[in-house]
Amino acid sequence: MLAALIFYLFAGILSLSALMVITARNPVHSVLFLILAFFNAAGLFVMLGAEFIGMLLVIVYVGAVAVLFLFVVMMLNMEFKELRKGSMRFIPVGLLLGGVLLTELVIVYQTWKINPKVLTETLGDSAAAPEVPLTNTEALGQILYTDYIYIFQGAGMILLVAMIGAIVLTLRERSGLKRQKVADQQKRQASDVLEIKKVTPGTGI
Amino acid sequence: MEIGLMHFLTLAALLFTMGVFGIFLNRKNVIIILMSVELMLLAVNINFVAFSAYLDDLHGQVFAMFVLTVAAAEAAIGLAILVTFFRIRGSIAVNDIANMKG
Repeated sequence: MLAALIFYLFAGILSLSALMVITARNPVHSVLFLILAFFNAAGLFVMLGAEFIGMLLVIVYVGAVAVLFLFVVMMLNMEFKELRKGSMRFIPVGLLLGGVLLTELVIVYQTWKINPKVLTETLGDSAAAPEVPLTNTEALGQILYTDYIYIFQGAGMILLVAMIGAIVLTLRERSGLKRQKVADQQKRQASDVLEIKKVTPGTGI
Repeated sequence: MEIGLMHFLTLAALLFTMGVFGIFLNRKNVIIILMSVELMLLAVNINFVAFSAYLDDLHGQVFAMFVLTVAAAEAAIGLAILVTFFRIRGSIAVNDIANMKG
């Protein structure tokens, strides 16, 4: 009973905030509702027993991605009203497409034969509990660092490429900026810049 | 009233549909389109984790983690492109981006 209450609370807030993300007039509000949605999804994950993914969602999504969105929205200080103009024209198409997609998903779920044992099973009563219960994080680590080690390293490479790409894309050379160039300073010889002239008294150079 | 696998699948389907609809609703604003893509990826993650929990198979959660990685990389690159584009054009309307050929 309590589980149902918690599920409906989290799922309701998640759906509502997702709706607000796509309908809010101000993009800053959209980002804030996105953060709320991620928090509620993390709550659902914790409820499912996937604590690690839930905490990862809070740390990575709320702590990094959503804040990145917030930075960009506030940095690109611009008229967002203009962007909404004329978007009503495509709402019928969007509704049609979304409706078709939702109907298809419902049809798949209706006709799909799931093992009845899975469907009636509730969380926590799986009989295959090990002797020494592992925490979710430990169990995940035992799979991730053995079976999935190459894919895990690949994920690290993806993040590295993304990091380098983001830096390369946003770095810009500004002209007229005085910077210290150590190599140029080291190359400088006294003979290049100094010149000794004979100055006769009474006359200038 | 027990919460079963179907509840989570329905929630994920709803969330995914909202993500798709968001792209149509805000088809000029790239930032909100990126947020809609994040919503769709979240729906996928909910499916993965729900199946993983109800099938007692941890591999679903590993995949959810990889989806999370790709989503973070995609958001970083997308926003970097957006910032560069805004610096050059002074606008983030999708219509202007369509002119960017060659």
